[in-house]
Amino acid sequence: MQFGIFTVGDVTADPTTGRTPTEHERIKDTVAIALKAEEVGLDVFATGEHHNPPFVPSSPTTLLGHIAARTENLILSTSTTLITTNDPVKIAEDYATLQHLAEGRVDLMMGRGNTGPVYPWFGQDIRQGIPLAIENYALLHKLWREDVVDWEGKFRTALQGFTSTPRPLDGVPPFVWHGSIRSPEIAEQAAYYGDGFFANHIFWPKQHTEKMVRLYRQRYAHYGHGTPEQAIVGLGGQIFMRKNSQDAIREFRPYFDNAPVYGHGPSLEEFSRETPLTVGSPQEVIERTLSFRDYVGDYQRQLFLVDHAGLPLKTVLEQLDILGEEVVPVLRKEFASLRPAGVPETAPLHPSVQKKLEV
Amino acid sequence: MQTLKLVAVSAGLGTPSSTRLLADRLLQAARHRLTEQEYAVDVEVVELRDLALDIAKNFVTGFPSAALQEAIDKVTGADGVIAVTPVFTASYSGLFKSFFDLIDPSALTGTPVLIGATGGTARHSLVLDHALRPLFAYLRALTLPTAVYAASEDWGTGGGEAAPTGFSGEGLPSRITRAGNEFADAVAALPSRRTEEDEIVPFEKQLADLRLD
Repeated sequence: MQFGIFTVGDVTADPTTGRTPTEHERIKDTVAIALKAEEVGLDVFATGEHHNPPFVPSSPTTLLGHIAARTENLILSTSTTLITTNDPVKIAEDYATLQHLAEGRVDLMMGRGNTGPVYPWFGQDIRQGIPLAIENYALLHKLWREDVVDWEGKFRTALQGFTSTPRPLDGVPPFVWHGSIRSPEIAEQAAYYGDGFFANHIFWPKQHTEKMVRLYRQRYAHYGHGTPEQAIVGLGGQIFMRKNSQDAIREFRPYFDNAPVYGHGPSLEEFSRETPLTVGSPQEVIERTLSFRDYVGDYQRQLFLVDHAGLPLKTVLEQLDILGEEVVPVLRKEFASLRPAGVPETAPLHPSVQKKLEV
Repeated sequence: MQTLKLVAVSAGLGTPSSTRLLADRLLQAARHRLTEQEYAVDVEVVELRDLALDIAKNFVTGFPSAALQEAIDKVTGADGVIAVTPVFTASYSGLFKSFFDLIDPSALTGTPVLIGATGGTARHSLVLDHALRPLFAYLRALTLPTAVYAASEDWGTGGGEAAPTGFSGEGLPSRITRAGNEFADAVAALPSRRTEEDEIVPFEKQLADLRLD
């Protein structure tokens, strides 16, 4: 199983000090967090993509390319890449280039984005969100698999005799996840291609995740990619840990209460009950994470959100230490012992990454 | 015979509340009419006061609590909905609007809806037609032509044909009966449109719609 972190890249004031980091600090901190993820033995670092303040990650491949140069084993991914408003040709080119630079340590997650104005800013219509996701991905899929592409669709200039360069590393395109909270069309899309399905699984009750994963698994089998149990599933999660549960709650509460997404609403306790948020001891995080398996089945990737809502870098790095030392080793062992034979352990790896693991 | 489900939504805040009282009376009138016609009827009242915090939290987090989800499911799963609000500042109450803001815009399409409102004076009675009716028109509900407005003074008048102010032609009880009957007949006339699961559009169809296959 793969464990990692995903970042939203928000620039948020630390509610305990009132200090807001600069964009420069936030970008450099993000790099430090990714390097720490590798150092503590995590498998994946994924960045979001946003085109408005207070977020910094508008250029994911620049960030991931830099991290690629400074890491050896970390898989670099996205959470999510906006398949609706990015030109699929540019995605094909950018991520193929990244794949070469990172020796295959790249996969990516497609999403539609949830910021209305981004669509018009990039010349698209939000009402066409799902059709854009479907058509753009169909083109991206083709660009990575066919050397010469002729294409005509609804949303983009037609292509005649187009070759996307560079070609994917060793002819193997990056593995793709499709992320969605509750659009069955996207689970259906992931199943159709035999791609992975990633459930956001933060900020939302587990019922959405359960329903969408069940649908994806059924349809994955329907399209002949394997059994429902062999479908490639990833989950998000949100955690904050200290040795003692009460210390974790006390320290995280001001960040929770003022968080951009859910702050000034339900209490930390209510939100922990209703969503997968876990604030407590490493043991509590282990138990809660293992319980995800009860409603999604054996899955391949777990990403945690650890760096949002104004948490200072020092605290985030401490969280990664606890994750790497006390939580992930136990989770790896437990999940492995529960996983039946025939169910993939991880999402498909690029052959060059696989080869390196086997050496 | 199938059991018809009627749900009343009351945005009254007081205990006891005249809004709740009107909702109950409308519900009784409709039930009486349907029972007379030998329908099995299941009635429920959703009190928004009890859900006020959950409704506010839903706006902040984007998802409903279990109790609020249950209330939303009751309303969207009903064969007919009675919606009653007090008049606050020239319109329905904010709580009333907030609850309907959290309902999927297509979830009440074609559902018979009986609207009602309460207020201190009869001068606000057009709130039914300038505020509630457009709201349910947007939701494509089947809003019944007769709606009931109860001013404070209506609760102290007789039930017969005499109107308290003399021009509307009917007292509150007869207006309630007329509205309840109209609503009940609409509910009985319509087949249940409830479906349980989201439909999956097969991917080939999604591609074909874009002419990509």
